[in-house]
Amino acid sequence: MMDKTIDLDIRRQDTPYSPPYWQAFSIPYREGHNIVSALMAIREQPITRDGHRVDPVAWEFNCMEEVCGACSMIINGHPRQACSTLIDTLEQPIRLEPLSKFPIVRDLMVDRSRIFSDLKKVRAWIEIDGAWDIHEGAPRISPEAWKENYLYSRCMSCGCCMEACPQYGPEKAFIGPDSLAAVRLMNNHPTGSYHKQQRLHAIMADGGISDCGNAQNCVRVCPKEIPLTTAIGELGRQSTLQLLRDLFGKTQ
Amino acid sequence: MKRPRKVIVIGGGLGGLWAALRVAEAGFQVDIFSLFEVKRSHSVCAQGGINACFDTKGERDSVWQHIVDTLKGGAYLANQPPVKSMCEEAPGLIRTFERMGVTFSRTAEGLMDLRLFGGVKNRRTVFAGASTGQQLLYGVDQEVRRQEALGRVQKYEWWEFLSLVKDGQGVCKGIVVMNLRTMDIKSFPADAVILASGGMGQVFGHRSTNSTNSTGTAACRVYQQGAWFANSEFFQFHPTAMLGDDKTRLMSEAARGEGGRIWVPKDPGDRRKANQIPEHERLYFLEEWYPSYGNTVPRDVASRAIWKIVHEMGLGVGGEDKVYLDLTHLNPGFIEQRLHAILDIYRKFHGADPVHEPMEIYPSAHYAMGGLWVDFENDETDSGMKPGSPRNHATNIPGLYACGECDYGYHGANRLGANSLLSASFSGRVAGEAVSNYLKGLQDDLQAVPEQRFNDEISRQKTINKQLTESQGMENPYTLHHELGELMSSQVGVVRNNTTLQEALSSLQDLGQRSQAVNLRETNTWSNQALVFTRQLQDMIRLGQVITASALARDECRGAHYKPAFDLTAPKDAYPGDPAYEAYRDAWKQQNKKWLKTTITEQSDSGPLISFQPVDLSVLPPEEPRDYR
Ligand SMILES: Cc1cc2nc3c(=O)[nH]c(=O)nc-3n(C[C@H](O)[C@H](O)[C@H](O)COP(=O)(O)OP(=O)(O)OC[C@H]3O[C@@H](n4cnc5c(N)ncnc54)[C@H](O)[C@@H]3O)c2cc1C
Ligand code: SF4
Ligand code: SF4
Ligand code: FES
Repeated sequence: MMDKTIDLDIRRQDTPYSPPYWQAFSIPYREGHNIVSALMAIREQPITRDGHRVDPVAWEFNCMEEVCGACSMIINGHPRQACSTLIDTLEQPIRLEPLSKFPIVRDLMVDRSRIFSDLKKVRAWIEIDGAWDIHEGAPRISPEAWKENYLYSRCMSCGCCMEACPQYGPEKAFIGPDSLAAVRLMNNHPTGSYHKQQRLHAIMADGGISDCGNAQNCVRVCPKEIPLTTAIGELGRQSTLQLLRDLFGKTQ
Repeated sequence: MKRPRKVIVIGGGLGGLWAALRVAEAGFQVDIFSLFEVKRSHSVCAQGGINACFDTKGERDSVWQHIVDTLKGGAYLANQPPVKSMCEEAPGLIRTFERMGVTFSRTAEGLMDLRLFGGVKNRRTVFAGASTGQQLLYGVDQEVRRQEALGRVQKYEWWEFLSLVKDGQGVCKGIVVMNLRTMDIKSFPADAVILASGGMGQVFGHRSTNSTNSTGTAACRVYQQGAWFANSEFFQFHPTAMLGDDKTRLMSEAARGEGGRIWVPKDPGDRRKANQIPEHERLYFLEEWYPSYGNTVPRDVASRAIWKIVHEMGLGVGGEDKVYLDLTHLNPGFIEQRLHAILDIYRKFHGADPVHEPMEIYPSAHYAMGGLWVDFENDETDSGMKPGSPRNHATNIPGLYACGECDYGYHGANRLGANSLLSASFSGRVAGEAVSNYLKGLQDDLQAVPEQRFNDEISRQKTINKQLTESQGMENPYTLHHELGELMSSQVGVVRNNTTLQEALSSLQDLGQRSQAVNLRETNTWSNQALVFTRQLQDMIRLGQVITASALARDECRGAHYKPAFDLTAPKDAYPGDPAYEAYRDAWKQQNKKWLKTTITEQSDSGPLISFQPVDLSVLPPEEPRDYR
């Protein structure tokens, strides 16, 4: 009898500049494996299904609890977190590919630095006088407002929504749904709202909110179930109002 | 010409980002180095909360009580002035986080809500849903991004710290780092360096709740260049971690608090499914051994009991290192509502439902109380730590500072839940302020450090890489890491004795040698993760030696360090005033005289060198032993 195995087909690429290729691996079946622990087994014994010893597969991971956002990849065609994807829920052979919207570093690793420069573009921060105590906190926040804000504050910059978004890509300027959600979050903080206008102007520029085609793919893949399209809807209305204010010369 | 002063921060968790922020705000240029985008740092894993006394629950909570709980919880081993300052400044720190936009959970009135956390009587823990660490880190991350946009901070993500560069007087003047994509090795000069590289749970292999960044290797590298470690024998083991091949995941105390029962089959050979084992064939050992507390005994007691069942009595489930944590007898609706976060994580990562079958758990390495030794300056006026003193959080290498979980500052022999997000943030802020003042007092100029010193260190590091990549040994670095984890958790874990610790030391020596004889089997020179990992592995083994040697040196039980041969327990049925109790109190004081000291570990050719330093007990002199009755 053949021992039960876990079969994976992995898209590999040695450097950012070399061509991709596929390799097949089989590891002994174990209950409870997720994609990260399976990749750990492969890096320890990097032998292909037909018995060739190859370079270990490179990938990214840190928390292994679906909260750092590092381990995103395309698993059987869907962008998701490798650490929280259990083997037993997948059809085999399992196909692993790097996210396609970001430059490849090696194998399943990509360079997502653009996510963070876009957060800079939209000024996703609250302007405080300094990181010292001013003997006062922020103004009060109602439990209802908290509940909504909290949904957005869990975005871990994993890149899955950008992978799914038809408007996002290396050749395109669109900042992506996550940056828009960050603007929604900052604008709804009681003092963050003081600089709402600047953030709205940032997303009304090229590559901003008007590039969203409302395809709704983003919200379907977000592992944190962040209501991205709700945020985009709210911001759409606010930017229209802002546009009118800009035309008629009023502030806020 | 005078160049603007520059500071390097290694690590972008809570500690590192706070430090960077305060240095940038003081007007100095900051370079942050991190293994990956700082937003992905291990700090995001903390779920529970962060302590600060707000006394908004009508419980007359006080800052003094926070100080007392922290000091007693740490079995008096922490220097007291820094603890005092940390607890006093905690509310101000939380207010600052709130202004940064952290989404703390709210009361009906719109104030920050407080929850009860282990080991204390009052509600003192603020939290943000079930992801407090993530929210706190994002708060500072946003502020640092703003400083970045203003041109005061530059990030070097995907760079790994390898070593320090010192000038002729031994003052730290820069670092050597490796780019984790191109594998380039480069040097960066600086006027001061702050190390905030996090914890070291990975020394216990996959038997830890920590992320992969918590290898402790950055701290180990500065140790090899002369920095001291302190109190490294103190490691907190969380009793109820869910098992996994990749890591163990924390199941919070709440599971036991809400009625969860811990048990094993009486027959370890029993192969039946848990729910087919009849009641009378189960051993509810906590309930049997601690009738008054039952399953809700404190963390360390629970860890030791599980240890005993598995290692001394051989009753682990199926002969393995695990026991059951059972919720199946509880009302499903009730636990769904009360324990949602736990059920969620177990279902997601184990694929099984704790409502229907018992969870499998085991104690797991969770938090390092010990770490790099750091100084502080006493404030004569209020017996706290002197604000802004350049001595605060300075290591014994001039110009090198440490903060966050990689230092040893605030938790003594054991850490209270929700106190380490606080210490990581507070120490980062203090270190940033200390460094800013250190720079103001600095006379010489960077140009004085000859280029040669940087180049020599670069070539030393390149040689190490070359030797490792060309090594044709037999060993597999990942297999060795498993062995290290098993060794550390079985021999330097929850329960310790000197014979086993001696054996562990020689096994570690052996592992160290084997880790030189590796075969990386990696021909790619781009993003060579096997090379990076092997270098980390070698340093984790060295850290294992530091922890083990320190544990061997301390012949007593204190906090998380438990050596039953030297146990001193209060006499049964005797209370303060009774002669038997007073005799015990005297014995306890004698023990303090001998052992209430900071363990210092220093690198030497013959291995870790141990010495002891007095503890500053000026705030709360130890008069009362801890009494759990
Ligand atoms: C599962 C879990 C739950 C927890 N829950 C709580 C809680 O509820 N409350 C609480 O108070 N505490 C909790 N803790 C503890 C707390 O999270 C940590 O102690 C704290 O976050 C540590 O922060 P840090 O800044 O020191 O390190 P980290 O957040 O670990 O950051 C380390 C940084 O150093 C960098 N780094 C490391 N090595 C190098 C190198 N060689 N070169 C360059 N960069 C490097 C990494 O890239 C990273 O940016 C928990 C811990 C765990 C494991
Ligand atoms: S709704 Fe907008 S952001 Fe979301 S996937 Fe569609 S185009 Fe992209
Ligand atoms: S919005 Fe969701 S999918 Fe997009 S980056 Fe954030 S967490 Fe990932
Ligand atoms: S490893 Fe952090 S999200 Fe998967």
